[in-house]
Amino acid sequence: MSENLRVVPDATCTFCGCVCDDMVLSVDLEHKRITKAENACVLGKAWFKEHGIEERPFALVDGREATTAEGVEAAAQILANARFPIIYGLSDTTCEAQRVAVSIADMIGGNLDTTTSVCHGPTGIAFQGGGESTASLGEIKNRADLVIFWGGNPAEAHPRLFTRYAVTAKGIFTPNGKKDRTIVLVDVRRTPSTPVADIFLQVKPRSDFEVLWALRALVKGRRVDPSVEQRTGISLAVLEDLVARMKSCRYGALLFGMGLTMNRGRHFNAGALLALATDLNEFTHFVAKPVRGHGNVTGADNVVSWQTGFPFGVNFSRGYPRFNPGEFTTVDLLARGDADAAMIIASDPASNFPQAAIEHMKRIPVISLDPKLTHTGQLSKVAFTTATYGINVPGTVYRMDDVPITLRPAFESPYPSDQEILTAIRDRVRELLGGNRVPAGDRLAGVAVS
Amino acid sequence: MTSALRIVNGRVYDPANGVDGAVRDVCIQDGKVVADVPPDARRIDARGMVVMPGGVDIHCHIAGPKVNLARKVQPEDHRHDVHLRTRQTRSGTGGTVPSTFATGYRYAALGYTAAMEAAVTPLGARHTLEELHDTPVIDKGFFVLVGNNVLLYRLLQEGRREEFRQALAWWMTATRAYAPKLVNPGGDEFWKGGRNANVTELDQQIAGFGLTPRGVIDAFIDAANELGLPHPVHIHCNNLGHTGNYHTTLDTMRTAEGRRAHITHIQFHSYGSVAGKSGDNPTSKAHEISEYVNTHPNISADVGAVMFGRSTSMTADAPLAYMLRRFGGGKWVNADTEHESGCGIVPFTYQDRVYTNALQWAIGLELFLLSEDPWRMVFSTDHPNGGSFMSYPRLIRLLMDSEFRKEEMAKVNQQALEHSSLRDCASREYSLSEIAIITRAGPARLLGLANKGHLGVGADGDVTIYEEDADKEKMFSTPRYVIKDGVPVIEDHEFRTDHEGRLLHVAPDYDPAIEQVIQPFFEDFYTIQFANYPVSEQYLHHHQPIPTASQAAAGATVP
Amino acid sequence: MAVTMTLIGGRSSKQGTSLCAGKFGAEYTQISSTVEMNVEDMARLGLSNDSKVRLRTPTGEAVVRCKGRETKDLPPGLLFMAYGPLSSQLMAGDTAASGMPISKNLEVEVEPLVEGPAPGGE
Repeated sequence: MSENLRVVPDATCTFCGCVCDDMVLSVDLEHKRITKAENACVLGKAWFKEHGIEERPFALVDGREATTAEGVEAAAQILANARFPIIYGLSDTTCEAQRVAVSIADMIGGNLDTTTSVCHGPTGIAFQGGGESTASLGEIKNRADLVIFWGGNPAEAHPRLFTRYAVTAKGIFTPNGKKDRTIVLVDVRRTPSTPVADIFLQVKPRSDFEVLWALRALVKGRRVDPSVEQRTGISLAVLEDLVARMKSCRYGALLFGMGLTMNRGRHFNAGALLALATDLNEFTHFVAKPVRGHGNVTGADNVVSWQTGFPFGVNFSRGYPRFNPGEFTTVDLLARGDADAAMIIASDPASNFPQAAIEHMKRIPVISLDPKLTHTGQLSKVAFTTATYGINVPGTVYRMDDVPITLRPAFESPYPSDQEILTAIRDRVRELLGGNRVPAGDRLAGVAVS
Repeated sequence: MTSALRIVNGRVYDPANGVDGAVRDVCIQDGKVVADVPPDARRIDARGMVVMPGGVDIHCHIAGPKVNLARKVQPEDHRHDVHLRTRQTRSGTGGTVPSTFATGYRYAALGYTAAMEAAVTPLGARHTLEELHDTPVIDKGFFVLVGNNVLLYRLLQEGRREEFRQALAWWMTATRAYAPKLVNPGGDEFWKGGRNANVTELDQQIAGFGLTPRGVIDAFIDAANELGLPHPVHIHCNNLGHTGNYHTTLDTMRTAEGRRAHITHIQFHSYGSVAGKSGDNPTSKAHEISEYVNTHPNISADVGAVMFGRSTSMTADAPLAYMLRRFGGGKWVNADTEHESGCGIVPFTYQDRVYTNALQWAIGLELFLLSEDPWRMVFSTDHPNGGSFMSYPRLIRLLMDSEFRKEEMAKVNQQALEHSSLRDCASREYSLSEIAIITRAGPARLLGLANKGHLGVGADGDVTIYEEDADKEKMFSTPRYVIKDGVPVIEDHEFRTDHEGRLLHVAPDYDPAIEQVIQPFFEDFYTIQFANYPVSEQYLHHHQPIPTASQAAAGATVP
Repeated sequence: MAVTMTLIGGRSSKQGTSLCAGKFGAEYTQISSTVEMNVEDMARLGLSNDSKVRLRTPTGEAVVRCKGRETKDLPPGLLFMAYGPLSSQLMAGDTAASGMPISKNLEVEVEPLVEGPAPGGE
């Protein structure tokens, strides 16, 4: 083998929340690109293929090319001088970088939010309300004889969820894979995921909550009126059949997507689903699991939770973390025009936030970190080019089931990692502020805790 | 490098070295206790104060996957108890499951300098180490859950004891754990695969395996002792919380047959039943349990006392959490980890008027007051299961101050007291020396931490200085100085600097051939690559391997 | 002539793979400016594949191209569109105190365009 070729076994794909760690990457070190990604799905193949090294400036400050150090200085000045700085993103970076990002928010008394707030944030809220019964994906692989997918399209968004974890995957109690399981899919439309299902329930749009609540009622032995069919598109007989299957299976799993959380009802939908799984534990073992999106959005939830007690939407302006979705979540902060500076790490809200939020980003100084040119990068005052996590950068990524995986990068990037840039920004902000910013005049006693 | 420090004029309680309140100097240089320091060393005047080694918590739940779920599920518990940042230290939130930074600072602020997270799935080891790295000031380690491990069970079932021992050593080393932990051995398969059932008898066949809980316990006791681990197997017995469970507890201790074993939160395992009734209100069997522990030096235990108020039940004993859910009210978390563990979380409030809660509170106190060897019946609330570590000063007062105890007893469910013997223990009061034993010297010795829990030459420079006060709760709530690795982290009750403690872990030797046995199981049944499972050096940060007996005898430093 | 339909935003394989190539590439731009529509609805509105329609919500509007789907896959009255800058224009900033804007099941007005500005990327 040429010395310019390298094979990296057991590498990890960080494109989606499956975080498959069985990649075998062939790396062309001379041209700094991955020529082959064995075991990768279609999304993974594109992820590895398209993250070579592009010739881009290390940083842009006010649209002019700059060094990373100049970018750090400009970013630190923005953050140190802002009155309501917000930090957002973090789903496509390592836990190591996320930890530094939270520490900056704490130091400057800013606001910290992640892409969770526009993904499974409502599931997080529902979880806070009642808890959940859940499992690592390996339990589903080894045990689940009934798997219900709800409001998601894994075949296109998480392609290996079916083969690696939940449908054809074989395990101790599921030696024949799909033959040992019943697969149910619930969605408002047919998608490429639909053919995998033994039973497909096509619900009417905006009726997920009603279907879930009817199922809860039936599980508890209550009467449900046949008119449920007019409202939801699903007949009572079909619901009763599903309930019988749910109660009689040995190990049931409900995997759900953003068809529930981005929809009317949001956390009520997610809460109804979590409650259904919980209720079923009166009869058998049943778990539920949100199918999380970007590579390390689950890591962001974990890091922010262990450092602050709350999973996203955290504000440090009073000298301690406060959580309030709707108040401290980024769409709201931007759409209301609250923030006077923003640092966006490894995400692109300017391409997927509501227009009102994007308009405010154009009015304030924005710092962005991303390996690629993004819409957010285009409107930034300071835009850093970064190395790509998992491909160039080592560190830790959490799978959608909270299992942490250590990355094995394939080749070095000339660009710094998010962690390196954030650490440099933090050190400089600390110099500028002389330590953590302590709210004026509080000094333990005077702080009203509402 | 730290500068030299001399603590003068304080009354020193260092029971491991036979010092019981004598006024003497304690000298520290470069993070360690030394015989003397140069005359220009910084002096701390501890006149009117009590000097003790830093506290050591042998069993608590402070970091890792289940702790983080418990944090996430209780925003309301954080909102009313915030932790402000200072110029030097990070902010956080409290409640029964504080954020990592708040956990470290608050332990330190109570004079604790080391704590052991007591239940971590091997798959969650990395996560736990990341959290522990964000837990400042204190030294820390974790116990790894191995008592329901499917592959270890398979090896046992096939009678492959040597490979079982090698595999256990591999798992300890691969996860960077401190001690092996059993939780409700045999229960997982009933729970996950048997429609939420549970194991109830030590000699019952474990579903799916030709094994019994007794056989599993016996094998782990042997393996841990043969590996020469600094702390023996740490056992959460079967039937936790169930009326009449003291039989199981006695049976478990008898299974050790003279071999070292540690029984954890033994209060939760000391329940009898009213004669002729089953499944009814529990009674206290603290006498029977204490008597056994008192007369069997191979057994050690921590109490797992219950304190009234908010708690969070979080345990690898998933069926227990499911049972508690009926009393807890709102929230319930269950989290299964493939081949390794179950987990349950229920926010819970212990109420003094409730018979069972008052009885649990009484049994915890009884176990302390009936103990004849404080070195083997040490302090814990199984934080946050029996109560937060923030309630430790109050528990110390309950042990030291019989008048206060009497007042508190008057407030609780009196019927519960009638089913305990707490009133018969009325006269005993713990001395400061005994408190020093149960909160630092004893746990350190049981953990096999030779440099902790005492102030002899070579000990870690971890010292707490309390202002003497008749109110022991007040005294132990707010140490005047806390010195970690020779650094005065807290002075005059305030943080003066941030500090990073060490990760304490073991790395028992194993035959690398065992990986050939383990790897095929991973390839078939795990969802993570075998090569990606062992925890790499990058997660250790500031760490200290503690040698096994054979490693220590060989004089070798652990790799 | 405009009719009201329900728009579902979401992900697709192509959206995912083209995203890796870059958000300013032709493929991503094309995918995120295409709306899937029931074929019967399209016939009723006189639309064929690649016809332009204007989608309008109280928040904003976007001009996109149509792509037909059979009724068994996408019932009449439903639209599907991959996330991208154009779908952002239709989303309201209000999250009802949840942090989450509504991006699925949006009520949109659909207006066929005989002529009009082409969507980006051409």
